[in-house]
Amino acid sequence: MSALTDLGIREIRDGVRAGTFSAREVAEAFNAAVAAAKPLNAFLVETPDHALAAADAADGARAAGEALGPLAGVPIGMKDLFCTKGVTSTAASHILEGFTPPYESTVSQKLWDAGAGMLGKLNMDQFAMGSSNETSAFGNVISPWRRSDGGNAALAPGGSSGGSSAAVAARIAPGATGTDTGGSIRQPAAFTGISGIKPTYGRCSRWGVIAFASSLDQAGPMARDVRDCAIMLETMAGFDAKDATSLDLPVPQWESMLDAGLKGKRVGVPKEYRVDGMPAEIEALWQQGIAWMKDAGAEVVEVSLPHTKYALPAYYIIAPAEASSNLARYDGVRYGQRDLPDGANLQQMYAATRAAGFGDEVKRRILIGTYVLSAGFYDAYYTQAQKVRTLIARDFAAVWEKCDVLLTPTAPSAAFALGEKQADPLAMYLNDVFTVPASLAGLPAMSVPGGLDAAGLPLGLQIIGKPLDEQGVLNAALAIEERAGFAARPEAWW
Amino acid sequence: MSVDTATVKKVASLARIAIDDAAAERLVPELNNILGWIEQLGEVDTQGVEPMTAVIPNTLRLREDVVTDGGIRDAVLANAPAAEHGFFTVPKVIE
Repeated sequence: MSALTDLGIREIRDGVRAGTFSAREVAEAFNAAVAAAKPLNAFLVETPDHALAAADAADGARAAGEALGPLAGVPIGMKDLFCTKGVTSTAASHILEGFTPPYESTVSQKLWDAGAGMLGKLNMDQFAMGSSNETSAFGNVISPWRRSDGGNAALAPGGSSGGSSAAVAARIAPGATGTDTGGSIRQPAAFTGISGIKPTYGRCSRWGVIAFASSLDQAGPMARDVRDCAIMLETMAGFDAKDATSLDLPVPQWESMLDAGLKGKRVGVPKEYRVDGMPAEIEALWQQGIAWMKDAGAEVVEVSLPHTKYALPAYYIIAPAEASSNLARYDGVRYGQRDLPDGANLQQMYAATRAAGFGDEVKRRILIGTYVLSAGFYDAYYTQAQKVRTLIARDFAAVWEKCDVLLTPTAPSAAFALGEKQADPLAMYLNDVFTVPASLAGLPAMSVPGGLDAAGLPLGLQIIGKPLDEQGVLNAALAIEERAGFAARPEAWW
Repeated sequence: MSVDTATVKKVASLARIAIDDAAAERLVPELNNILGWIEQLGEVDTQGVEPMTAVIPNTLRLREDVVTDGGIRDAVLANAPAAEHGFFTVPKVIE
């Protein structure tokens, strides 16, 4: 039998139900894999006891003939942006070092209620601000992937959910939670050869998720394949009265409705996503994706989203503006770190605390956000960006007259080396060029592995869907998955 | 629009982030690079376009005006950097 850590969520769920193996065996195998993978720096906190307790509960329920939850016996990784009761939750920032929430986020609670256990809290870009995991206050996550050129350059696992992507790709967790504000689930999934879906804005409760940009933040699953994502999302989604933007809608049975046949479906290919300087391999993969869609029975149509080029600059006004407001709460009074220089007054304490606690990228975004919201600049920057956001949403609404889903690359390149883009914040921002538009429009979008580049690194394809049509997104992604036959995995060097 | 060192210090002060002169000077080109890039939004014709307020149509819900929480003082204070006698404590604000 192959190692238990090679199994995905569905296989673990079904195996535990059938009694092929015990949940405890699964938890022990993953706990050991997590403990042995320290060089990846994917986990900030390990919680083997949490995983074992959930496993024992699943085994006990099965022995007693009780019904098992939809994720009974499945251990997962939890991004450190989710508050977990009694387990430190830091958003990978010094300012929250030691913060131990006395409450549980809605999404994580739903996962525990479904029988899942927690392997630990996953490293990430600080406050989810970054695309490479290099803004974490607790060190870079190292991608388990390496280029096939024999060099051992440490590669970025993507960001901000870089601990999640690295853990799933390295087989030290069968699935993990992520959050996506401008691409933070999809881009790391693409960089590491796994799947990840950001659902429609409002599907997953934001309650207990440390806020970055509230009008954009959405939680979603990251896992080895499309079906595993569907299973996990069914548990994570659902109405929550504690989140004012939560959608009061039933959660569809995404897994049982999966169907890779796309007969009668129209797949749009937006011409504006063909950007200057895009590597030929990304273009080739996109063409391959189009061929796969046709092979699945879909009609492929070229469409236009004319305001695409303005999505990134609009995002880099809106997201920092919301962040500057959300992060005002970190003042050293109620929780987190306090820096109190000798003789400092209250205002000086605030300023010293925030200077010491926030990383450079977080400060940069707070300053940008404060500037664009300040008197005299508000209309020129923030109001204009929100108007452009309306135009971007209208572009999408218009193309849904012509197609059911959109197919694009997930990112403009394969994983880059750590340190390669760190010196230039703008170059890093451009990594989100294909993922940000769907975020601004609140649409469901997913990345699925399509193949490898010449250096042996994974490349992802993105499916964007209509509001609330996660099923259409999952189905198109499944059609790609079945045809791509992506079986590559990183060789364990850690 | 571009920022100078004085503007960066003003914005940092509004954001309650202490920065020294060297940091302010380092931030000037960084922020101007980003601001120069986002300024391309000015070329979009937005005459008559309403600013986005909600991406997915939703209704604002009302709930009964009743207490749903409370009586958890110790939990509220549990993560405070400094707490005394059941209160958060801060440096003296009145001389």
